[in-house]
Amino acid sequence: MYFLSNIVRSAGDPKIIRSGPSLRTRTDRLAHALGWLGIGLGAIELFAPQRITRPLGMRGSEALVRVFGVREIFSGIMSLSVDKQAGLWSRVAGDGLDIAALLAQLRIGNPRKGNVSLALLMVGGIALLDYMAAQDLAAQSSSRVGRRRLYADRSGFPRGIEAARAGAKQLTSKRAALTAS
Amino acid sequence: MKALVWHGKEDIRCDTVTDPEIEHERDAIVKVTSCAICGSDLHLFHNFIPAMMPGDIMGHEMMGEVVEVGSGVNGKLKKGDRIVVPFTIICGECDQCRRGNFSVCETTNRNKKLADKIFGHTTAGLFGYTHITGGYPGGQAEYLRVPFADKTHIKIPDGVSDEQALFLGDIFPTGWQAAVQCDIEPTDAVAVWGCGPVGQMSLRSALLLGARQVIAIDNIPERLAMAEAGGAIVINFDEESVIERLNELTDGKGPDKCIDATGMESHITPAKPDTLLDRAKQMLMLESDRPHVLREIIYVCRPGGVISIPGVYSGFSDKIPLGALMNKGLTIRTGQTHVNRWTDDLLKRIEEGQIDPSFVITHTVPLEQGPEMYQVFRDKQDSCIKVVLRP
Repeated sequence: MYFLSNIVRSAGDPKIIRSGPSLRTRTDRLAHALGWLGIGLGAIELFAPQRITRPLGMRGSEALVRVFGVREIFSGIMSLSVDKQAGLWSRVAGDGLDIAALLAQLRIGNPRKGNVSLALLMVGGIALLDYMAAQDLAAQSSSRVGRRRLYADRSGFPRGIEAARAGAKQLTSKRAALTAS
Repeated sequence: MKALVWHGKEDIRCDTVTDPEIEHERDAIVKVTSCAICGSDLHLFHNFIPAMMPGDIMGHEMMGEVVEVGSGVNGKLKKGDRIVVPFTIICGECDQCRRGNFSVCETTNRNKKLADKIFGHTTAGLFGYTHITGGYPGGQAEYLRVPFADKTHIKIPDGVSDEQALFLGDIFPTGWQAAVQCDIEPTDAVAVWGCGPVGQMSLRSALLLGARQVIAIDNIPERLAMAEAGGAIVINFDEESVIERLNELTDGKGPDKCIDATGMESHITPAKPDTLLDRAKQMLMLESDRPHVLREIIYVCRPGGVISIPGVYSGFSDKIPLGALMNKGLTIRTGQTHVNRWTDDLLKRIEEGQIDPSFVITHTVPLEQGPEMYQVFRDKQDSCIKVVLRP
């Protein structure tokens, strides 16, 4: 990608010779992939809900699927953002709703029960990935917490605060005298 | 050479890049001896500032030794000079530079047309920032090309250490300008939102400029402790209501002068529903900034007061209470810092021992550790307040 962006640089600007390791971990990349998956799936649910309802024997539930689509897109966007941990947890919650909706379709009269079982299996797998990614991200950030220090001795005024205040008072009285004259 | 390079959101790498070269007769090359990660670098890290490109070198707080000068530098700099490089690139000749409005220099932005389109009129070129401000390679690197180097520098005498001088390039004059813009009077209560490095400099500047009372607002204990050490009364917004406490401290009148050292990434908390709404809108690209602090300031500031905004805002903000702003007769003053307008005075104050800006440094690491320090600084881990990198 940076080969393309070099077009906007001038001749004397430094250009990359060799790239160092990325800050993005495997979990970050997984969160990214899950985010895009959510956006893609959400778009299908929102704009073509019959593609979901027909094979699952859920005709008439298009409105519900559209709502799920909006939820899926929002969680996806969140998973791509800097708040990806919240995005992934919202995906886990969404997976729960998906599973509940699918379980309701395992009723005796549904001729597409086989498809519903398959969908349940897929959602279950994705839910597991979402959960693992959310857990890993939490662990990743807590591993860097480090020790807590307070900086109560760091005034920044080598001669002390009172001397700084006194200096300021002198300055303001000088300023006032100048204004008066 | 080694440099910290932006590859995308939350992806900064320590790359090997080609060395910078003199392009223009007014250029100089500086061997960077110290550089720092600034709070506004985090906005770039999060990709909240538009027009960053993969391959951009980060960093706009740096100092070092001049190793090469162009033929047009005219003796203003020579090899071996020790300089701080201000983050705003200035020509020193245009109308704005002559007025001392260095951060809106009309000459140095090499993407002037883009800035004209986006801001209405161009501002100065900046190091290690978006391509809207020129896309100049930054100083989190071993070497830096300084354009317009005959003007874009602050010479540092031998008696002043790197740690004392480094912040003359950005956060110290930024905090100072924020306080100066408040027109502080000896009777004033000055409140500072955000106790990061710029907030710390702002509150100490307010004290040096004679404020009667300085109040600092944050929720990170170590930042509040550092603010208290600098003479401020502190408010932890996780523990008490900012508005109630400020009114209590000012006999119900509100602070006379307010400084927003937080900017576009206000803290998100369910206790303040507007912060959640802002975050949701920011994610959906319906709003670029989260201006909770600015809203709070407009609400609590004393009528007739001044609001100074050194915190960075990038684009569009919603639900700004313009009614309160107008009816209370508040004055807003803001802007990127006119660094060179203040640095002679500030360097003198450092030399005289009035202030030592190195108090804010909590971490010093080699350049190679820079990428992970972005995360540490962003997440406020290990009590991190300010990171200095040594190339």
